[in-house]
Amino acid sequence: MTTYQEFIQQNEDRDGVRFSWNLWPSSRLEATRLVVPVSCLFTPLKERPDLPPVQYEPVLCSRANCKAVLNPLCQVDFRAKIWACNFCFQRNPFPPSYAGISDVNQPAELMPQFSTIEYIVQRGPPAPLIFLYVVDTCLEEEDLQALRESLQMSLSLLPPNALVGLITFGRMVQVHELSCEGIAKSYVFRGTKELSSKQIQEMLGLMKPTASGQQGRPLAPQDAVAASCRFLQPVHRVDMNLTDLLGELQRDPWPVPQGKRPLRSTGVALSVAVGLLEGTFPNTGARVMLFTGGPPTQGPGMVVGDELKTPIRSWHDIQKDNARYLKKATKHYEALANRSAVNGHSIDIYACALDQTGLLEMKCLANLTGGHIVMGDSFNTSLFKQTFQRVFTKDYNGDFRMAFGGTLEIKTSRELKVCGAIGPCVSLNSKSPCVSENEMGIGGTSQWKVCSLNPSTTLAMYFEVVNQHNAPIPQGGRGAIQFVTQYQHSNTQKRIRVTTIARNWADAQSQIQHIEGSFDQEVAAVLMARLGVFRAESEEGPDVLRWLDRQLIRLFMFHLRRSPFLQVFNNSPDESSYYRHHFVRQDLTQSLIMIQPILYSYSFYGPPEPVLLDSSSILPDRILLMDTFFQLVIYHGETIAQWRKAGYQEMAEYENFKQLLQAPLDDAQEILQTRFPMPRYIDTEHGGSQARFLLSKVNPSQTHNNLYAWGQETGAPILTDDVSLQVFMDHLKKLAVSSSA
Amino acid sequence: KSDSPTLAEFSLLTVCTLFIFHSLYVFIFYLILFYFAHFAGQTLLNVKQASDLPAVQKSRHRIDPDAIPSPIQVIEDDKAKSTEPFTTGVRGQAPPLVTTNFQVKDQGNASPRFIRCTAYNMPCTSDMAKQSQVPLAAVIKPLATLPPDETPPYLVDHGEGGPIRCNRCKAYMCPYMQFIEGGRRFQCGFCSCVTEVPPHYFQHLDHTGKRVDCYDRPELSLGSYEFLATVDYCKNNKLPQPPAFIFLIDVSYNAVKSGMVSIVCQELKTLLDYLPRENPDVDSVVRVGFVTYNKVLHFYNVKSSLAQPQMLVVSDVSDMFVPLLDGFLVNVNESRMVIESLLDQIPEMFADTRETETVFGPVIQAGLEALKAADCAGKLFIFHTSLPIAEAPGKLKNREDKKLIGTDKEKSLFQPQVGFYGSLAKECVAQGCCVDLFLFPNQYVDVATLGVVPVSTGGSIYKYTYFQAQTDRERFLNDLRRNVQKKVGFDAVMRVRTSTGIRATDFFGSFYMSNTTDVELAGLDCDKTITVEFRHDDKLSEETGALMQCAVLYTSCSGQRRLRIHNMAVNCCSQLADLYRNCETDTIINFFSKYAFRSVLTSPTKTVRDSLVNQCAQILACYRKNCASPSSAGQLILPECMKLLPVYLNCVLKSDVLLPGADVSLDDRAYLRQLISCMDVTESHVFFYPRLLPLMKLEGDALPVAVRDSEERLSKGGVYLLETGLHLFLWVGANAQQELLINVFGTPSFSQIDPNMTSLPVLDNPFSQRLREIIDSFRAQRSRYMKLMVVKQEDKAELIFRHFLVEDKSASGGASYVDFLCHMHKEIRQLLS
Repeated sequence: MTTYQEFIQQNEDRDGVRFSWNLWPSSRLEATRLVVPVSCLFTPLKERPDLPPVQYEPVLCSRANCKAVLNPLCQVDFRAKIWACNFCFQRNPFPPSYAGISDVNQPAELMPQFSTIEYIVQRGPPAPLIFLYVVDTCLEEEDLQALRESLQMSLSLLPPNALVGLITFGRMVQVHELSCEGIAKSYVFRGTKELSSKQIQEMLGLMKPTASGQQGRPLAPQDAVAASCRFLQPVHRVDMNLTDLLGELQRDPWPVPQGKRPLRSTGVALSVAVGLLEGTFPNTGARVMLFTGGPPTQGPGMVVGDELKTPIRSWHDIQKDNARYLKKATKHYEALANRSAVNGHSIDIYACALDQTGLLEMKCLANLTGGHIVMGDSFNTSLFKQTFQRVFTKDYNGDFRMAFGGTLEIKTSRELKVCGAIGPCVSLNSKSPCVSENEMGIGGTSQWKVCSLNPSTTLAMYFEVVNQHNAPIPQGGRGAIQFVTQYQHSNTQKRIRVTTIARNWADAQSQIQHIEGSFDQEVAAVLMARLGVFRAESEEGPDVLRWLDRQLIRLFMFHLRRSPFLQVFNNSPDESSYYRHHFVRQDLTQSLIMIQPILYSYSFYGPPEPVLLDSSSILPDRILLMDTFFQLVIYHGETIAQWRKAGYQEMAEYENFKQLLQAPLDDAQEILQTRFPMPRYIDTEHGGSQARFLLSKVNPSQTHNNLYAWGQETGAPILTDDVSLQVFMDHLKKLAVSSSA
Repeated sequence: KSDSPTLAEFSLLTVCTLFIFHSLYVFIFYLILFYFAHFAGQTLLNVKQASDLPAVQKSRHRIDPDAIPSPIQVIEDDKAKSTEPFTTGVRGQAPPLVTTNFQVKDQGNASPRFIRCTAYNMPCTSDMAKQSQVPLAAVIKPLATLPPDETPPYLVDHGEGGPIRCNRCKAYMCPYMQFIEGGRRFQCGFCSCVTEVPPHYFQHLDHTGKRVDCYDRPELSLGSYEFLATVDYCKNNKLPQPPAFIFLIDVSYNAVKSGMVSIVCQELKTLLDYLPRENPDVDSVVRVGFVTYNKVLHFYNVKSSLAQPQMLVVSDVSDMFVPLLDGFLVNVNESRMVIESLLDQIPEMFADTRETETVFGPVIQAGLEALKAADCAGKLFIFHTSLPIAEAPGKLKNREDKKLIGTDKEKSLFQPQVGFYGSLAKECVAQGCCVDLFLFPNQYVDVATLGVVPVSTGGSIYKYTYFQAQTDRERFLNDLRRNVQKKVGFDAVMRVRTSTGIRATDFFGSFYMSNTTDVELAGLDCDKTITVEFRHDDKLSEETGALMQCAVLYTSCSGQRRLRIHNMAVNCCSQLADLYRNCETDTIINFFSKYAFRSVLTSPTKTVRDSLVNQCAQILACYRKNCASPSSAGQLILPECMKLLPVYLNCVLKSDVLLPGADVSLDDRAYLRQLISCMDVTESHVFFYPRLLPLMKLEGDALPVAVRDSEERLSKGGVYLLETGLHLFLWVGANAQQELLINVFGTPSFSQIDPNMTSLPVLDNPFSQRLREIIDSFRAQRSRYMKLMVVKQEDKAELIFRHFLVEDKSASGGASYVDFLCHMHKEIRQLLS
């Protein structure tokens, strides 16, 4: 038997699953005592180059409320051609096409190495990919120019048969018709008026007027496609047209008086975009891509008024209940997000501005629909340009790393129920026997919609052991969970991926060491952090910290407490929303980096080594590379910085210094190449203003308060009142002893 | 024997009486009609039969039509009399008739081309006025075009302080201001208040008390002139922006199919070079914008920097807005390429449209919002086809109900069916947004409602029912050309000030009034006329007479803010005879028709007709009682100035508005009603009493003498031209001489004449040339282009033509001239007894 470490790794590689406990306590009582619930991080579309999809449909359990998929854990009677469902124990005959199976001739889904298998479903016409650009024109000329170029570039990255559409907005919202020649035609909406989906479709001419002229009814599907063609056209047909259109895109012409913000109708623009797709391509994968350069300032969904003298809401305003527009705007965007999610359309937000852009209010658009949020200072930065380009990256097969319209369904053994999921998904409100009363995250359902997925999209799933203490599970019993993910592949195929896993049950009283041994500390940290973030989104900050402290009294979560996911101090509401957005969807490794940034130290004394994220690691003769996921900081210690300033690296005799300077740059480049979204890259040195990015993250073991550290050569003191890890630990120990938990 | 009207035979006696008046000899004719009440029953029967019998039998027992007052005779007499230019210096002098060609010399009162009064000698007291029942009104055409031999009003600049005005009544400096105290102060002729003369305006007086610079300054010596206005006279104390013209074109199925869309687009390409300008040498500063619509609106961005125009569709018609700022209103020269490309593409784009529904309210709102956004005044040209039934503000339903005609509810058909357009009109006026409406209906479009905004904003309505590109193109294009090019002012306010004793109390025309004194006109063009009624509120004095000053503040087409002043002084009298001697029947008819046509909004048409007849009877009875020399009660005595009142009044009474025939649609009536409301006297005269010219001989430059509008006057062997200001007919007698036919049509045969021709063939003979010249000159005189209709005697179309023979009985039941005169006489007799 391999070690747990290897087992966990193997499971993650094969199934994209990591469980907090790899042995499950066999009763509800014991499970609750463990504090950390049975839960997992699941990456539904984990890249499996070694796994070719099979070209047939899955075999389902015939019991109406089970419908589990045939899997390697099922018991099969090859002679009788019967299989028993391992979830409901229903005995099912094999379909006629399986007549030839035998012990030696087994279909793939019965082989243990196919615990994860992907089916290609040949039902219905292939659905095209749809990209609807929603572009803010209230930008500075330079920004608009950069955005224009990025958008034009993106056309070349799209698959030729993908449909594209363009909506621009400023004070008004314009839906551009792409099919016309000669006169460029667009439909204009007032940016201040709330419109229902039906009104929007009527105004865009997507409804067929009835004879009476009283009520429009939706067009028949083929007519709808024809009508929608005016707005959504295959890239290969209109890319010239669209390139010109984008080229002629002008800044919003309405004058912005001194002391005012431009009037930006983001709310209506999105509502038109959602309405357009709803009317034309319901239940088809589509991406609405919002590019905005500032906060919505008018109409439904406005986040701030147009008076510059009233600043956009801060955490302080929100806590004081001074954010006038917050609730209304959030409600508007939530309604849109839900409508969009129902239709399987996802919404991306690319927000580039120096000030806040209203991500706090709009985050649900991306969070509920699986869209991306990218935050930058300007569209004219490599951060945006590279990140945007990376949206369209392709995998080893040359397919886009994006999938649409996913639904994730969970089936569990009887002893287990699902409490909920945390990730870029919405509930499909599907009640099944395996749904727990006890909700964690988005619960009360066994199915979730994930409108847009990529290979790294990771959901946290929480379970509950419901087996009663007095009904022991026989020795060697195994609990099973099946994840069924249906989605639209970027090559327009419909696919179903099925992952079935099983873990042993263990009696907590007799096998507590085994259970302890099966604990996966890393994933547990992330899972609990997700719960914390989920709560932080809906509750006040300090309460969540208190809850976390209570829950995690035995856990090591010093950095999480200090992280921007839970702390709002020093972050704008937009930044908090942005950080949390990424935290609840990234995979384990990235999540860990987010919780506890990685610090590497480069010196002449040896190869680069990871060092403690502690102020004592900041030394004059070191170069530090810190990766917080969102930022990549290269920090040159005092001496190094002086040498660099003196230009030693230019001299031939100091080649080694040059190499030392280069090493962290190369490592940073490697990270920059792969990460989505591209992190902010910071090159700083001792005393540099940007050094704050590093100083705010490290454990303040030396501050201006503990004077004994002054004057010593080790580390740099941090000017903060935050407690250091040492103090935190001392306090924690005290609490642990005194508390009854 | 019975109380039914008894008519027998009339004989006519004309008595000439000589009066000595102001050392002038004036001939006053009394027209005296005797009538005998013999063999009443039998004659009544005969007359009754007569209407159904052929013309030959009809003439039995009839009054000789030649014996009753003839409009033609009056017109010709006036022409013969007016050989000298008319000078306006003498107070209370009635000008020549509108049918007479004469030159005007402004010597201190406004030219009759600007102002015509019903009476040039007003009664001093309200009792007298009430007794006579003669309406006291002025028909004012503030921006009238003058013939080339008359000088247009001078522009006076009084400097930064603005025009000099009376301190109390705010009347503008004019010849009626009396300078006193050596020229340091002046006394207002209207309210007698004394005002200090500002130092920069001071001038010494001569020995007669006149300023020595009197003849150097138009405002001291002329009846009409203009002042340059200062910012105080501007909206928001800001000098106005140049105005804009916005063309809004219906592109629904009917509009495209009838050819209207392509005609408009084609024409606009050239027409845009003729936008109004003050100085013909510089380009017009008027900016233009384009919108097309069916049930949604399409705005066009025609910014000069664009390679192609851009179309912006606004489907949200419930809450109209302008989707673009830059590039909607543009300078024609800068954006010419883009505009031409747009106008080329519009007909193509909508060639296959299947949209039949239209909106109307949002169309006006769109234009209004665009002008608001550009912060300027302007004019909307709307080319519209159908009843706006699409879901939008101002949506209408078909309410044409022939059953209501003649009932008490008939008036509701003239009222707008929704209040929406009334409030929209108010907004338009506030912005200076004038609306001109070109209608191309194939069925009922509810002109009464659609016309609310044009009528309230000083705009015009044109109607081309069953428009067909081939036959109506010429008329429409000429109307459009004239409309676009004509002199127009924007954002105008007119105020009429009068001397103490009378007051302007009622106003008729296309405008909006938010209070009782200021006439607000979003647009005011050279054809628009405002009729003002005056009433006494005190006594007038014979010595000073009655003064009126009409001041119009407006923005010229070059964007200059100006005041146009027209001054008018009339005499006052304490003897009724003086009043009756100085009346003008044509103007009285103009007033009566406008008054009556407005009354149909509130009263049944029968009541309106009766009260008209009644008022005329009172006027004439009062004359008979107070001014005529005693004579037999059977005599009908008419004052010389009013001897045509019965015949003209009869024309008003039997007009389509007041007494419609079965074939007259409700839209036609509403259209005419609104059209008449802003007509001047010249137009209303020819409208009610069409000009009928015999074309047997055309010699020299003179026009042939017209004949009276009666079938009896038509000779079967002749060809006649009839003109109403709106219609032009060429009537061809069944036995017309071959030579005549060859000269006019190029064919000797009556049967070969094509009744569908809209223009005469161009033939190389003097007769044809002269006839076409005459037709062209008629068209040039009128503000609307008249389509020529060729009517062959005894053809179906003759019915339409006969409608305009107003001295005859009409198909709708209108009385003949003779019958009406008798009826009038009876009414007068009743009043006298």
